[in-house]
Amino acid sequence: MYKRDLEHIPSGCAISGILNRKGKRIDGRKIIKSIALMHDRSNGLGGGFAAYGIYPKYKDYYAFHVMIDDEESRNRFECYVNQHFTVEHDEKIPTAKVNGIHNPPILARYFVKVGEGKLEDAGIAEEDYVVRQVMHVNSNIPGAFISSSGKNMGGFKGVGYPEDIAKFFKLEDYNAYLWTSHGRFPTNTPGWWGGAHPMTLLDWSVVHNGEISSYGINKRYLEMFGYKMELMTDTEVIAYLFDLLVRRHKLPIRIATAALAPPFWKDIDAMPEPQRKAYTAIRSVYGGALMNGPFSILVGFTGGMIGLNDRIKLRPMIAAEKGDFMYMASEEAGIRVIEPEPEKVWAPKAGVPTIGLLDEGVEL
Amino acid sequence: MSTPGVMATQVPPEFTVEINERKCVRCKRCTTECGFEALTYSREYDAIVADDAKCVACHRCVTMCPKHAIRVTDNSLAYKANANFSDIHRKNILKQAETGGILLTAMGCDRDYPVLWDHILIDACQVTNPSIDPLREPMELRTYIGRKPDCLEFDPDSDPLKLKTELAPNLKLDVPVVFGGMSYGSVSYPVHKSLMLAAERCGTFMNTGEGGLHRDFYRHKDHVIVQCASGRFGVHEEYLNAGAAIEIKIGQGAKPGIGGHLPGEKVSEDVSKTRMIPAGTDALSPAPHHDIYSIEDLSQLIYALKEATRYRKPVGVKVAAVHNIAAICSGIVRAGADYISIDGFRGGTGAAPRVIRDNVGIPIELALAAVDDRLRQEGIRNQTSLICGGGIRQSSDVIKAIALGADAVMIGTSALVALGCRVCQKCNTGKCSWGIATQNPRLTARLDPEEGAQRLTNLLNAWSHETQEVLGALGVNAIESLRGSRERLRGVGLDEKTLEILGIKPAGR
Ligand code: SF4
Ligand code: SF4
Repeated sequence: MYKRDLEHIPSGCAISGILNRKGKRIDGRKIIKSIALMHDRSNGLGGGFAAYGIYPKYKDYYAFHVMIDDEESRNRFECYVNQHFTVEHDEKIPTAKVNGIHNPPILARYFVKVGEGKLEDAGIAEEDYVVRQVMHVNSNIPGAFISSSGKNMGGFKGVGYPEDIAKFFKLEDYNAYLWTSHGRFPTNTPGWWGGAHPMTLLDWSVVHNGEISSYGINKRYLEMFGYKMELMTDTEVIAYLFDLLVRRHKLPIRIATAALAPPFWKDIDAMPEPQRKAYTAIRSVYGGALMNGPFSILVGFTGGMIGLNDRIKLRPMIAAEKGDFMYMASEEAGIRVIEPEPEKVWAPKAGVPTIGLLDEGVEL
Repeated sequence: MSTPGVMATQVPPEFTVEINERKCVRCKRCTTECGFEALTYSREYDAIVADDAKCVACHRCVTMCPKHAIRVTDNSLAYKANANFSDIHRKNILKQAETGGILLTAMGCDRDYPVLWDHILIDACQVTNPSIDPLREPMELRTYIGRKPDCLEFDPDSDPLKLKTELAPNLKLDVPVVFGGMSYGSVSYPVHKSLMLAAERCGTFMNTGEGGLHRDFYRHKDHVIVQCASGRFGVHEEYLNAGAAIEIKIGQGAKPGIGGHLPGEKVSEDVSKTRMIPAGTDALSPAPHHDIYSIEDLSQLIYALKEATRYRKPVGVKVAAVHNIAAICSGIVRAGADYISIDGFRGGTGAAPRVIRDNVGIPIELALAAVDDRLRQEGIRNQTSLICGGGIRQSSDVIKAIALGADAVMIGTSALVALGCRVCQKCNTGKCSWGIATQNPRLTARLDPEEGAQRLTNLLNAWSHETQEVLGALGVNAIESLRGSRERLRGVGLDEKTLEILGIKPAGR
């Protein structure tokens, strides 16, 4: 097994997401059913899920899901993680034997805290510290890869069809208020589990259908802010862009999405002041963050999920609502199979984000 | 050393002019068209007679002859083959043996150094991502030149959206091409006017060059960048405020490290007024700015100009691409420049010593890549915009430059060619038959600014369309998705180090 796809691999895909606005947690069966229906949109070379609210017992700890090649790599990783974090608890991620899932890496999770004094030494915010360590492990520790690193959430992914991956990780045993999922159709064999979606950083998770044709500049833009693109995938770029714009630059979500998939100049020029000025600034300042090319993405985070299409909607995306539930998927059938009678179904417009947030005051 | 007397030249004419006697109707038009007085009418023979030695191959006569009776060919004398001493070397030695002087020339370097643009290929979409049809979908080229903050802050409670961050002034370009600095004096009044009108129509900018701005043009100020060079010709407060931006000219690609030279013949009454120097005197701008001997001094001038214009205009700095360009540009950004114009060694000039033009500086492709990389590594790329130039010949050069990291490109020679220039490299003589690099009213009257503006507008429109085609093929619909996206470029026939500096992969990878 090798750690990195050295080439940037284009891929097509299916995505689906379910959010309960009240924070009510449901098990994995619905999301599995939804993504499994869109089986033909993937080709067995990658499937994955992100689930939020699954570790209430450890909700104040960063949950590191780690893919490990062998015992030696495990030692290297554990040595590093113990040096930089306080590990509250670690365990094997439970898995089942499933036909069609081959050669999984060693899968383990570590619930960690940033130890006293670490931040003062580094002189940075806690989350930046975590980002730095995750990037260090992923670039420099051979045989170990942190596949998700948020609090009270986790990414589960691997090489296989998404429904098989779900069985493998026993996802019907987890309860989450937000699920996203992905079935992948890469154009060559990644052969590596880390390359599947979701791509995550802290509590950001991204599942993505499409290709970011502006990958080259988005990557160089992020590098300027200290991000390292180890995976050579455009999905990774999306996760980092959200981290940069929302967490670090503190842009409200609707502005961050306006930077990533901005309105056309002709529409901006027609806006009244002060909007015109604001959008002009967004485009001229965040040009390096503009994501161009065909994509539909679902971004999960602690507070909810965001669906976003490219500026001319070159990839499909449907959204629906029923009661406290919000659904988004590549195909309407992927929603109807789990919610036959939604109250509202709509096709989000190109470049306009569909934002589902937890209701205010929801206790997780 | 005594000054050499006038010697009969041993240098053979470069070109041969042939008049087809049977086609020629003796209208004598060619005799007045030639700015170099190479053609005369002989009453004795009732024929047009050419003085080959005066012909510069500017093609004015060829173009204007109603009967297509004129042919200009290379005077291709056989020289005993010698891979080291080419005929050019031999002729140059002869010229210097006759005059004892510096060889003067004009336009950009004409030696065959590798042109890296021609070793770079562009990507396109196939299957996994769709290309976009520029005829059906918007394809945006708009570009803002100037300093930008790293991030923005918004008023959290305001709906509609309200920006909190104060933005520095920026130039808005509808097409990522500006006209590079060419001074009034080196080029004619109608050239300036053509450039200005075209800039206005295309939503871009013309640059005054170092010779000031004619009063007539103050009303076009929204599309003018005014230059402030070492000679300070024509620089006064009103001038500084007469443009949309100010550019401090430190150097020029064709002649890094040396000043400008406008021969007295080109300093007409009008030029003298605009430059604020006596008519008929040589206008010599010193090699360095005598108030800029270091980067701190540059910073002082930048802020002096910002003060003089109340921080309402971007202040840029133009430099020639020299070996250490990345570090120099990093310093310029830190000195406060809102944009940097980098001029590669193939950039044009109205007059330059050949030894400098052909041997000093580095190619813009490498300079641009190195600068963009350096500014990104230092996290200051947002603080400035990069305009690059020096041998941009076609839209594909523009596209490749932007993909390497330029915000926009500047063109000089290409713009003059659009106006009729044949790159004969004789601008320094002031005799340009096309009315471009001359102040002779008989010649400048030939260039109609309206037609000139139309030709330039056509050129920029054509390049815009071509750029949009390529963006569409790349599957992106905004120029910012191309800018710095080196992933979409591949090199052919380039060595590994060059690829590394350009930051691109070889074709096949
Ligand atoms: S312009 Fe042509 S036709 Fe007229 S005199 Fe000259 S060569 Fe003859
Ligand atoms: S502008 Fe200069 S190079 Fe062009 S035709 Fe005139 S003299 Fe020749």
